Formats: sequence, structure tokens, C-alpha cells
Amino acid sequence: MSTPSASLAQPPTAGERWMDLGLRRGAQALAVGVLVLLAAIVVEIGAVAAPAVRERGVDFLTSSTWDTNRDEFGILPHIWGTLYSSLLALLIGGTLGLAVAVFISQRFLPRRLELLLKNVVDLLAAIPSVVYGLWGIFFVIPAIRPFTAFLHEHLGFVPLFDERSPGPNMLASSLVLAIMVLPTMTAVSRDAIATVPRKLREAAFGLGATRWECILGVVLPTAATGVFGALVLAFGRALGETMALAMLLGNRNEFNVSLLAPGNTLAALIANTFPEAQDHERGVLMYAAIVLLSITLVVNMLGTAILVRSSRKAAGARP
Amino acid sequence: MTDIRVQTGPQPSPERDVPVERPKLEHDLRAVRTLFDRLLTALCALLSLVAALPLFAVLWLLIERGATNFRLDMLWSLPPSGLDTTGGGFGNAILGTVYMVGIASVLAVPTGILAAIFLAEYGDGTRLAAVIRFAAKVLTGMPSILAGIFAYAMVVLATGHFSALAGGVALAVLMVPIVVLTAEQAIRAVPQKMKDAAVGMGATSAQVVMRVTLPTAMPSVLTGVMLAIARAAGETAPLLFTAQFSNYWLRLDRLEDTASLAVLIYQFSGSPYEHQIEMAWTAALVLVLLVLLFNIAGQVLAARSDHSRH
Repeated sequence: MSTPSASLAQPPTAGERWMDLGLRRGAQALAVGVLVLLAAIVVEIGAVAAPAVRERGVDFLTSSTWDTNRDEFGILPHIWGTLYSSLLALLIGGTLGLAVAVFISQRFLPRRLELLLKNVVDLLAAIPSVVYGLWGIFFVIPAIRPFTAFLHEHLGFVPLFDERSPGPNMLASSLVLAIMVLPTMTAVSRDAIATVPRKLREAAFGLGATRWECILGVVLPTAATGVFGALVLAFGRALGETMALAMLLGNRNEFNVSLLAPGNTLAALIANTFPEAQDHERGVLMYAAIVLLSITLVVNMLGTAILVRSSRKAAGARP
Repeated sequence: MTDIRVQTGPQPSPERDVPVERPKLEHDLRAVRTLFDRLLTALCALLSLVAALPLFAVLWLLIERGATNFRLDMLWSLPPSGLDTTGGGFGNAILGTVYMVGIASVLAVPTGILAAIFLAEYGDGTRLAAVIRFAAKVLTGMPSILAGIFAYAMVVLATGHFSALAGGVALAVLMVPIVVLTAEQAIRAVPQKMKDAAVGMGATSAQVVMRVTLPTAMPSVLTGVMLAIARAAGETAPLLFTAQFSNYWLRLDRLEDTASLAVLIYQFSGSPYEHQIEMAWTAALVLVLLVLLFNIAGQVLAARSDHSRH
């Protein structure tokens, strides 16, 4: 006896089984592909850098000469420039980013304004870094010129201001870099702040805390891990940022502490030198690239791990 | 509002005239803690304002310096040489950018979405999925210049030419993790009930994914794709190592240096010729408009899918 329902309910055909298995395996293979991609990046860059690493060894990291004609290369000034510009950018961009994150998450503003400010800061991330570079050359550098002249003239005895270039310099680069890390800082720390349970805030208000007593005493300490993770990720972004620094920092391969002097970073060195480099210099640049890869990989893994932990903790804290 | 005010009861209390010592609950600016509170609020507002200014400063200068020189024929002309004082454009650069972002999308979007299906559905909760997600997050933070060097080592050294293909591969490396992570979120947001209903109807898990989960998640998936495209279109550093630049039109029949808007801006920004600098500004305006268009399209899609879900 056959009923309509019996004809509808049928086991999957062989083709459907194959489709099912195919999608499952395909999705898994491509997901593993992401892992392979990360590994391949490390391996490939390592492979092209290997000859130069073998040839030059550790001296490359500790020497500060960059002379193509004498075949002498060292990236100490670039490592210094990378860390220096990134830390300055983090100091400025981190402060601003955290301020915005607090301002748009703690009911200071009506909902619509909060959203508007959030979108404005998010859009900063959309502007390509080469456009920031262009803007830096024609706006930031001329705009801070009188200010740097004043600093150099009156505070020139301080090592921070003892050498000045009216053109490309560290201060202008760090300011632009700060703008570029601002969206990362804001978005990630805002997410961290959003995971603070409302009950905690309400309890603080119930005890008579003012808004800022609540923020500084309850919200930020609770979100501290996440905010720290945001700082680390923003630092990672700053370390690897290339174009803006290649255009604004002046490409000078010398060690310098002065904020007003030109310098160079690892990424900017590679970007500026590579297109016109000869083969043996390209090998050396690959060594610089593997150094940059190592630094950014460590910082990024650290930042991501901190955020994974803090979000897991926040998820566990919720009832 | 956090102002704490004393609630007065509906009826006046009988002993109203008797002086009662009440704690002062009104905000009083003479108290140090309230003053501190207001000052910090003002400081925070000021810092937020400072943070919002750069966007407008960048856009304003782009319009002032870029829009005034804009001529329609720039969109289909070749770049001016240093000696030209008028004319020229960046048609080949627009075409190159579109072509390379196209290659990157073809490589990265299907890969990213399928990988996301694994993370959100098949591998959900497994250790492998957690490791892959971690790798994708690390990849989003990787400097874009390293993607360029990777593609240089993989494609340029292997084929012996700088090419649009190499540029596309470099941009794909940057797009994949963005697509994976946003698509995973989108797929996770599909209500379990819908999937359960499909399974109840006798669908295989592939049918559930292809006919129910993906179509439902598609608007949000596309938001991620738009963001990835916007990011790729603006990238410069990876293209310096893979596509370099060219003053001529893109040729599909062989591998050779290819122009892009971003690299054109970089090269002309350092030019000693005023006309080329003007061209850099106009190209920057076009690039930013292109990127913002994709961003806003993504936002609109996201808003619409949020709306339809409620």
C-alpha cells in the first residue's frame, strides 16, 4: 500500500550523499587552507630570506650602516624607528581611542550621536594608507612646521628636539600613524567595554558612585584585559604600517632619538628600496622582511590570545 | 542619566517644617568628586572630538585639491609624463585596480565563505576550528607589505614577471581572513530553528547549508565581502612587489607590470612636477570615493539584514 507521504519520505540518493560529503570535506580543506596560508607565508618569506640570513647572520641586526656601494647593510636604525614610531602612535592613538570607546559606550550621548561618532571613527579605517601619506605630506608636515621650529629653537638642548628637519620627520609620521591605529583601538576596546555586565555598573551607581568613579573604578578594571589586548593589536598594526611612513618619515637610514628628525622603519625601508633594488639588495630586504614578520607575528599572536582569553572569561561570567 | 535626586513622596509629610538632616544627594560642583566627574567628561568629549576631526580634515583636503582639477576624461586617459603640464588621467590605473581586486575576489570570496561554513557549522566547537580562527585573526593583523612579499616569492619569482596576477594573489591573501571571520559571524547568526526545520523536512546537511543557512546569512556575508574589497582596493604596499606600475593599458594576453590607483598616488605624490601632484590628489579622491562606496554598500546591507531579522 503506498500513500503520498511514503513516496515523499525517501532516503538521500547517492548523489545527495556525495554532495554532502563533498561540501563537508571541501569546507574543511579550505578552512585548513587558512592555516596553511599562514604557514606558507612564514615558510616562503623564510625561504627567500634564507641566503641573506646565512650570509650576514646576526651582524645585520646590530649594525647601523646601509650602504649599497660597499655592500654593508644593517637594520638597527630601522628596528629602532619601527618601535619608536609605533610606541609614539600608540601613546596618542591609544589615548584617543580609549577616550572615544568610553565616550560612545557609557551613555554620554544620545544613541544616534553614539552611532554617528562610531561610524566616523570606523570610516578612518576605510581611508587607504597611501591617501593618509598624501595628506601627511601636504597638510600635516606644513601644519606642524612652526611648532617644530619653536620646539627646536627653545628646547633644542633636550635630545628629543635636538635635530630638526622642516620636511619629513618622526613627529608628523607618528601623528598620522596614531590616526591610523585609532579605529582598531576604538573598536576593540569598545567591544571589551561592552562585555562588562550591566549589573556591575548598576551596583556601582547604587552605591552612589559618580559616572567617572564607576568608569574608572568598575568598568575599565573589569575590561582591562580586553583593553590591553586592543593596545597590543593596535601596536601590531602600527608596526606593520607601510605607506604612510614610507611617504612621511624621510627614508633616512640613521639612528636618531629626535622627534623632529627623519628616520626609517622596516616596512618603509622595504617599500622604498625594493622597486629599484638590485638582486643582491633584494635578498637583504627579504632578511628585513623576515625580521618584520617575526616581530608582528609575535605581537599579533599575543594580542589575539589576550582577546580570546578575555572574551572567554566574559562569556563565563555571564549567567 | 546618573543624576541622583531625592524622591519626594506624593503627600507632604506632616513634620515638613521640622529641620531634618538629610544627606546631600544633589550634584554640587563645589564637591571635589563631582567637579572631577564633570572635568573628565569634558576631557573625554574633547578627545573624542579630536579623534573625529581627521576624517573631515582628510575629506576636506581631498575635495579641495582633488575635485577642483577633476575632468571626466581623466577616467579614460593614460597618466601624464613629467613634461606634460595639462591633460592625462588615470584610466589604466582604475582598470588595473578593478582587475586585480577582481582576481583577488574570485580567489578569496568562495574560499573564505567555505572556510567560514566549516568554522561555524561542521567544525563548530572543535580544537581545529579554534586554531583556524586564531590563524585567521592573526592574518588580519599581518602587515599588508608581507602579503606582497609572499606573492612576490610565490608568483613573481616563479613566473619571472611582475603581473596583475601576482597583485591579485597578494590582495587575495589580505581578503581571505576578513571574509572568513565576517562570514563566520553571519552564518552563526542564522537561527537554529530554521536549520532544525530543514533537517526535519529531511534535508541533508549540504542541502541545509546551501538552501537555508547560506541564503539567510548572505546579506551579512556580503557586508564582509564589501569590507574586504574596500580594503584590497586601497592597498598599495603589496602591489609594489607584485604589479609595480605601468604607464600603459592593461594587457590580458601576457604577464607584465600593471598600474593601480594606489601605486599611482604613491608615485605621483613624490613627483617634482605640479601637474602630477594634482593628478595624485584627483586619483586619491576617486580611490576614496570608490572605497567609501563599498564601505557604505556593506553598511546598508548589514542594516537591511539586521532589520529583516527582527
